[in-house]
Amino acid sequence: MDGNLNALTTIFTEFYYWVTVVFMFLIHVGFCMYEVGASRRRNHMHTLMKNIMIIPLVTVTFFFFGWWIYWAFPAFPLFGGLNHEMGAANLPWSETMATNLSDRITGVFWAAFLLFSWTAASIVSGSVIERIRSSALWVHAVLIGSVFWIIDAAWGWHYDGWMVKYLGYHDAYASGVIHGIAGGYALGVLVVLGPRIGKFSADGTPRDIPPHNPWLLTIGLFLIYTGFWGFYAACNVPLIAPEVIGGEIVGTTWTATNIYLAPTSLSAITFNFLMSLSGGLMAAYVVSKGDAFWTFSGGLAGIITASAGNDLYHPVQAMLVGAAGVVIVYKLHFWVERRFKLDDAVGAVAVHGYAGFVGLVISGFLLWGVPSSPFEGYAAINPVGQTLGAVIMFFVLGFVPAWIVSKMQAAAGVLRIPEEVELQGLDYAEHHAYEDAKASIIEADKAELALRTKAS
Amino acid sequence: MSTIGYESWAVDLADVGPVYPFQGYEVLMVILGVAFWLFFHRIQFVREGAHLEKAKHIGDAEKVAKALERY
Repeated sequence: MDGNLNALTTIFTEFYYWVTVVFMFLIHVGFCMYEVGASRRRNHMHTLMKNIMIIPLVTVTFFFFGWWIYWAFPAFPLFGGLNHEMGAANLPWSETMATNLSDRITGVFWAAFLLFSWTAASIVSGSVIERIRSSALWVHAVLIGSVFWIIDAAWGWHYDGWMVKYLGYHDAYASGVIHGIAGGYALGVLVVLGPRIGKFSADGTPRDIPPHNPWLLTIGLFLIYTGFWGFYAACNVPLIAPEVIGGEIVGTTWTATNIYLAPTSLSAITFNFLMSLSGGLMAAYVVSKGDAFWTFSGGLAGIITASAGNDLYHPVQAMLVGAAGVVIVYKLHFWVERRFKLDDAVGAVAVHGYAGFVGLVISGFLLWGVPSSPFEGYAAINPVGQTLGAVIMFFVLGFVPAWIVSKMQAAAGVLRIPEEVELQGLDYAEHHAYEDAKASIIEADKAELALRTKAS
Repeated sequence: MSTIGYESWAVDLADVGPVYPFQGYEVLMVILGVAFWLFFHRIQFVREGAHLEKAKHIGDAEKVAKALERY
């Protein structure tokens, strides 16, 4: 770290990503609150534990192999072999994957990606509450968090990814690479897992299963909004010189860039984050006739729909894209629920999956012909590339592996909890142990009091 | 003797790289880490299966009905 400017840039970048990681932690806090708020009392502890344990399991596996996948897979398998040179520095036994005074950035950069992994896994976790076995969900968490999402990131969220080079794929704030794939993955699990007991009446009409605590749900969603700010900042390179990028940009003006090293600014994404949030909230309020759950979720869906192009959109475009996405998402959610008897407990497939998919397709038209990269020879952004990208994210890397693994788990009888346990609640044993212990100590205290009263 | 390879900080930091203990044993440490991770899944899977099997038979109908009422 020689030279003052170099040192300052390194420290700034290191600290910048570190702050985004702290902010993004709030996304997980929000998901936990949301899930507990949406679940019924008899399932609280298991619901919370199911999501909390995503943190260590995805973290250690992202250390063991997830981070290596990102650097080794950009061209693999169809457009070249594994990139062993880039991969080697990010293997778990590499000297740079540890306390190393000659490398000050790998840990925070790794963590910024890791928090995305938690988010992907947590999205799936919410949709399957109250009937999946924790052990089954945790296998899926490792697969989506440390394998499939990071493969899609290597392909479509990397300056050297084959989807960027050949399809012109552009997904600056992860409409597809996080939300599309996680929604598709959740759908793949849900199709096999089936609905909760009582979700559908005998004639197939869906019943609403209202959250036991709407306020917890609300705070959870607002925390997700808050963490989303960190997520957006983490998607950028905060400050970089054109000669460091080494692409076609000329001159000496330093800039922030998106993940593809193409220029944008914090100002742009701040405008667009807030305007797409607003568009989503307003459209959701109108289309759901003021339903609180859908209005708040609609704000999130608005951001997710606009995220693919929020590095370049005009704020009004971001608002309208967010609004349009939410209307489609809302209608699609209820159509799929009725048609396929799908019980998505938190609307994750819709809010993340459909919104991400729709956002990618829309961005293909709005950003048609825009360079996807500062490097020469890359395809420009186009509707076909974005639509193919959406299919790869939602179906190929999301739905299909989730469906296959869930089928295997179901065949082995280890996917879903027994019906008796679903009815009595996953917390039954703990709850009644608590009630029995409480009754016992109250009884003992009363007996002691009676004894003392009698003695005096 | 020092487990990190430095017995004093009288060094030029430009020449310093890794400073964690037992350098050279990284692969072994990763093998231990992976074993710990897999061990967790195994033990949790077995315990959860046994717990759910037991839980199928412990529900008192009256208490379950109360729990359903509590939502």
